[in-house]
Amino acid sequence: MSRLSIITKGIIKENPTFVLLLGMCPTLGTTTSAINGMGMGLATTAVLFLSNMFISLLAGLIPAKVRIPAYIVIIASFVTLVQLVMQAYMSSLYETLGLFIPLIVVNCIVLGRAEAFASKNGVLDSGLDGIGMGLGFTCSLTLLGLVREILGSGSAFGYKFIDGDGILIFVLAPGAFIALGYLIVLFNKFRSKVLK
Amino acid sequence: MAKESSFKNMVLTLTIVCLVTSAFLAVAYSVTKDPIEAANKAKINNAIAGVLPEFDNNPSDDVFMVESEGKQIKVYPASKDGKTVGYAVESFTNKGFGGTIVLMVGFEADGKIFNTSVISHAETPGLGDKMQQSKSDFSLQFNGKNPADFNLSVKKDGGDVDAITASTITSRAFCDAVATAYKVFEKIKEDKK
Repeated sequence: MSRLSIITKGIIKENPTFVLLLGMCPTLGTTTSAINGMGMGLATTAVLFLSNMFISLLAGLIPAKVRIPAYIVIIASFVTLVQLVMQAYMSSLYETLGLFIPLIVVNCIVLGRAEAFASKNGVLDSGLDGIGMGLGFTCSLTLLGLVREILGSGSAFGYKFIDGDGILIFVLAPGAFIALGYLIVLFNKFRSKVLK
Repeated sequence: MAKESSFKNMVLTLTIVCLVTSAFLAVAYSVTKDPIEAANKAKINNAIAGVLPEFDNNPSDDVFMVESEGKQIKVYPASKDGKTVGYAVESFTNKGFGGTIVLMVGFEADGKIFNTSVISHAETPGLGDKMQQSKSDFSLQFNGKNPADFNLSVKKDGGDVDAITASTITSRAFCDAVATAYKVFEKIKEDKK
């Protein structure tokens, strides 16, 4: 597998949100607006990149029976690092996402990639896989956030283009499920065409 | 490949992993500690400057605590040319839809609300977060009103406040926090007499 395809497979072929359906909790929780979705996606990308590289480096040293607890401790440390850095240097983003950052620890994508990819591949490939998966996750969350923001609040990336309220349900949890369902259908139709 | 899963190996690996990661986090914490404090301070100072008329002292140096209904509330007095021009009250309520809402409420010396600012909240994005001035004009209706003759509850409850559409609980909580701030303000006035 070429290096480039490691990155691109995370975006379309094995898109974590629309194809693997991993990490649904932060996906549904944070995508009330396009900016929030993008912020969450980028924070997850940073964690994925760091934890993937680190775990592929250490995989040979960790006994198989305790690998999951060891991976989780490593992932949790990186998440805490991202949280501290965000709080210190990006405090306005932290205000909107702060609540969800600790959830990255239990995001199945991070542990899933550690187990399925990073523990079996080299450091560079694992880092690229982290970036690819992270970008796929970021794109999906931004898209879902954008759809919900347009329908729910009548704005896109914070710029209001209609006065008054949108369809309120899309801002709330049920709207997240509805929008996600339709996006999965559309994405997989598009995906099967691209992969042919 | 992976090491043998003997008892010794497992204990050793987990111990080392935990030790190294906690050392790493301790370093990260001490590096980010000051910037985080500075960011929080800047946020409070910005909020104070935004909710008060012009002043020339440094209100966060003169901060004092007032107790009201069992809540400890921070008050930042502002003065110009040695004369008190108003108070910024860092009020909060636990009645929000998503828990605690922290507000900075600025009073002019005569008790009129000059401006308000939301410091932190966990309200529903797109609904309750419209209490922020960046999202809607809801909180502007409080400006220039004196709670002595302005009933701080939503119209549904017989008050004078237009609630945010579909966010009555948030609107009530906002009123509650402003009312708490006003009680604190009255207390300061009484102590001054």
